[in-house]
Amino acid sequence: MTMNHEPDLRHALPAVTEAELAVLRDRLPAITDAELAVLRDRLAARADAEGVLDVAYRTLDTPVGTLLLAATEAGLVRVAYPVEGHDQVLQALAAQVSPRVLNAPRRLDPAAREIDEYFAGRRRAFDLPLDYRLATGFRRKVLSHLPAIGYGNTASYATVATAVGSPRAFRAVGTACATNPLPVVLPCHRVIKSDGDLGRYRGGPAAKQLLLDLEAA
Amino acid sequence: MRTSRSAGPARLPQVTPKPPFEVVVAGHGATVLRVCRAVLGPADADDAWSETFLAALKAYPRLPADANVEAWLVTIAHRKAIDITRAAARRAVPVADVPEPLITQRAGGRDIELADALASLPRRQREAVAYHYLAGLPYQDVAAITGGSTDAARRAAADGIARLRKTYPGTALPDGENP
Repeated sequence: MTMNHEPDLRHALPAVTEAELAVLRDRLPAITDAELAVLRDRLAARADAEGVLDVAYRTLDTPVGTLLLAATEAGLVRVAYPVEGHDQVLQALAAQVSPRVLNAPRRLDPAAREIDEYFAGRRRAFDLPLDYRLATGFRRKVLSHLPAIGYGNTASYATVATAVGSPRAFRAVGTACATNPLPVVLPCHRVIKSDGDLGRYRGGPAAKQLLLDLEAA
Repeated sequence: MRTSRSAGPARLPQVTPKPPFEVVVAGHGATVLRVCRAVLGPADADDAWSETFLAALKAYPRLPADANVEAWLVTIAHRKAIDITRAAARRAVPVADVPEPLITQRAGGRDIELADALASLPRRQREAVAYHYLAGLPYQDVAAITGGSTDAARRAAADGIARLRKTYPGTALPDGENP
C-alpha cells in the first residue's frame, strides 16, 4: 500500500469539505464595493454610449424626501416620492418601459441640478426634456397644461378642466394630477380644490403643502 | 398607469415581472467578478466582467422570466473569457523571460497565494472549480457551459481541488480539526 505518496486523486478524492469551500470563497482577494462601483459606473457609461440604457435613474435628497429620478433617452420619465416605494417604481418602469434599467446618475445630472435650484428658491420653471410616455390621452393633455399655471399660483381642478377644453371633466383632472408621473417638475401641486382644500397628491398632503409654501415665500 | 399603493387585495400579475437590470447587477455582480478573476486572473477580469454585463444588458429583454440568471451570466462570462484569451494570444509577442507572478507584499499575502494556485490550474479545472464552487452551479450546468459530459465536469472540478490541496496547503482543513 502506498501511504504518503501521490494517491490516485481521480478515484480516491475526498469530498470537498465546508472548510475548504470557505477557504476558496473567503481567501481569494475580497471584492470590495468600491471595485464593483467602478465597474458599474463603467457599465452604465458604455450602455448609454451604445444606446442600450433604456432607463437611467438616481435618487436626490430634497426637502420633500428622497426623490427617485428616472430618464429614458427621450427625457425625464418619472419622478417618484419615497411613499410610492422606489423599488416598486423601478419594477413598474421595467415592466412599462424596458427592463434595461440601471442606476446611472449622469443622465439625470441636469434634472437633479434644476430640482436642487427649485428647492433653493433659485428656479421658477423647469427647462428639461420630458418623456410623457407614462401618461396617455386626456391625462397627458392635462399634464402638459400644468406648466401654464405659473410659479406661486394655484388653479382649481375645474379651472384646469376648462383650460384643456373639457369643463365637466374635473374629476378626470384630479386623477391625472394624482397619477402625475413627473410630480414637482410638472406642477400638479398647484392644482387644488375650488374650496381651497389641497386635494390629493402623489407625495402626500405634507409634500404638497411644502411645495406651495416654498413657492409662496 | 397603475396606482402605487393599493390597500386591497393586489391584482396578481399574469407573468413574473422581470426585475430591473440593476437588480441583476447588484445580485450577481460580485459572483461574476469572482468567477472572472478565477478563470482569467485579475488583470483581465474587469474587462470580462464589463463585456459580460454589457452583453447581458443587451440580451436581457429576451431572457425568459423563469431563466436561471446566474447560470446565464456565467455562460456569457465563459464566452467572454474565451474571447479575451484569444485576443491576448493574437496580441502576444514571444518574450525570452516569462515574468514572475506578481506577489504583492501586504497583510493578505495568503489571499494572493490562493489566487496564484488557482491560476496555475489547467483551464478546464479552473473553469470547473470556478463555476461549481464559486458560482455554485450544479455540474450539469457547468457541463452545459464548458461542453463535455456532467461526469467530465465533476472530474475536472475534483482534479482542480486535488491540485489546489497540493499547491495551496491552506485549502486543507485547519490542524486539529477532524473531518
